[in-house]
Amino acid sequence: MNKKTDGQTMTEKIFSAKAGRRVTTGEYLLLDVDVALANDITAPVAIKEFQKFGGREVFDPDRMVFVADHFTPNKDIQSAQQVKLVRDFSQAHGIKNFYDVGRMGIEHVLLPEQGLVKSGDLVVGADSHTCTYGALGAFSTGVGSTDLAGVMFTGKAWFKVPEAIRVELFGNFAPGVSGKDLILHLISLIGVDGANYRAIEFTGPGVAQVSMDSRFTVSNMAIEAGGKAGLFPVDQWTRAYEQERGIEVELMDADADAVYSQTIAIDLSGLEPVVARPYLPSNGEKISVLEKEEIAVDQVVIGSCTNGRMEDLRQAAAVLKGRKLAQGVRCIILPGSQEVSLQAMREGLVEIFINAGCAFSTPTCGPCLGGHMGILADGEVAVSTTNRNFVGRMGHAESSVYLASPMVAAASAVRGIICGPATLGIEQE
Amino acid sequence: MLREGRVFKFGDHVNTDEIIPARFLATSDPVELAKYCMEDSRPGFGQREDLEGSILVAGENFGCGSSREHAPISIKAAGIGCVVAKSFARIFLRNAINIGLPIVELARTDEIEEDEFLKIDFDSGELVNTTKERKYLINVYPDFLQQIIRHGGWLPFATANLTPARVLGQRSGHEA
Ligand code: SF4
Repeated sequence: MNKKTDGQTMTEKIFSAKAGRRVTTGEYLLLDVDVALANDITAPVAIKEFQKFGGREVFDPDRMVFVADHFTPNKDIQSAQQVKLVRDFSQAHGIKNFYDVGRMGIEHVLLPEQGLVKSGDLVVGADSHTCTYGALGAFSTGVGSTDLAGVMFTGKAWFKVPEAIRVELFGNFAPGVSGKDLILHLISLIGVDGANYRAIEFTGPGVAQVSMDSRFTVSNMAIEAGGKAGLFPVDQWTRAYEQERGIEVELMDADADAVYSQTIAIDLSGLEPVVARPYLPSNGEKISVLEKEEIAVDQVVIGSCTNGRMEDLRQAAAVLKGRKLAQGVRCIILPGSQEVSLQAMREGLVEIFINAGCAFSTPTCGPCLGGHMGILADGEVAVSTTNRNFVGRMGHAESSVYLASPMVAAASAVRGIICGPATLGIEQE
Repeated sequence: MLREGRVFKFGDHVNTDEIIPARFLATSDPVELAKYCMEDSRPGFGQREDLEGSILVAGENFGCGSSREHAPISIKAAGIGCVVAKSFARIFLRNAINIGLPIVELARTDEIEEDEFLKIDFDSGELVNTTKERKYLINVYPDFLQQIIRHGGWLPFATANLTPARVLGQRSGHEA
């Protein structure tokens, strides 16, 4: 089998389309990016670099997107100054895609939702979870601040075409299991550097069973395995999602004979809810094991760029409907965008959350990075639908975070111990 | 481009906290950062007088951990001419090139030891261990990446070569 195949991975296809010729894995390329993103922490650094090197005008203001989501609505004077810098710069340079309080959402929920990124795009973002848009079949990846400043000057960034790992999905999720469980399971298999410098490509008959919102969750956490991107094929579901935003896209999948560095097969029907113990996202454990440990919970966070979309809130609401939080448990709901907030309100979900005793927030990163709006105290335990559970991630260095799906998080809030929805007698779709 | 110098040898998974610990991140001044280069894996390393032109050699996954650009900056500012490792963590690799620090991926770094001398020719793609008289082929960067490194980084290169005049204002020293 020394014969070289003609097959291309999704990664190679997207880079080939952007380069205007067939590219191969390992090649370095200088390419125009479709979108370059930064947030209220990283944009100021890039703007200062741009100014230091004599930048006068931004190369193409329409390709820049700035989202003020981390410390907003501004939590202190310093964060207010940061956002003011980005706001003033955006105004001076005609960057219309500056998302301020009232319009903004968490960047990785907002950009796909607003149609700012689309299938086949090449996207860089000064935020490691930029890999989220792989769910649409876009090649998008996190970069440093110098890269962002470079896009402001030239519209371009440089890339090395990465190798890819193929994850073949079969079967369908059992009730109570979702994309979060799939990605936590995968990271526990390959480790936090299992995909370093490689893209993860999801394929196989099971892909059609993974909803768009679950795909965003899965792609979002590709970086937690060190992945440069986490790509899904562009199928009928992607096409329907894009059409709702007035975007027409071509179907795209990797070729059957594409060359991968590794192939992993996962049967979705064999998965049960997975929870990652502190202090690494790769510490995935089956819910049935954790339930026996009866781990008491102080705070539950449902939302973020990982799980702050409608499907996530619907699943959490289905668990919380007509129930109350356990005594002593706080639960904070972080919708991913204004659109998600509005829709949650229309569907009556907000009422369910508030009746259960939850706090319903405006969109913000908030406690996800230990910023504000729900910081943990010494010794506290949180169950969170976010993506990182490193030491001190959500507050005090002696606090701990368990990463879970919205259904597990909601069920844990109701019982006050880490558990799945099945223990409440809920059989969910 | 040529790099020639003495080897300082490190192990696998050298992370960005070892390269430049977070307690020294209050500044982004390269001269200050250089002083604490590799401080937590070899205390006092950044203060040595003989780092200029030397070559760091390491194992797998060099530069893993956070995305701080301070890590490659401290290595470069310490005068180290090149880092040779079996592999690099992705964002470190990117940041190193963006700030103009030459790096080389070489699978057989186990054969290179502390205090040996290396000569790396980036144009011909040859790395020579002059102490052991052993030669290795290395992947040559495409022209534009070599140019980025020669220019001292991505922004100096991009502003000099790719930036239209209307985007670039008059550069006068340190205007902010
Ligand atoms: S929600 Fe958390 S992980 Fe996502 S962008 Fe915000 S801080 Fe980062």
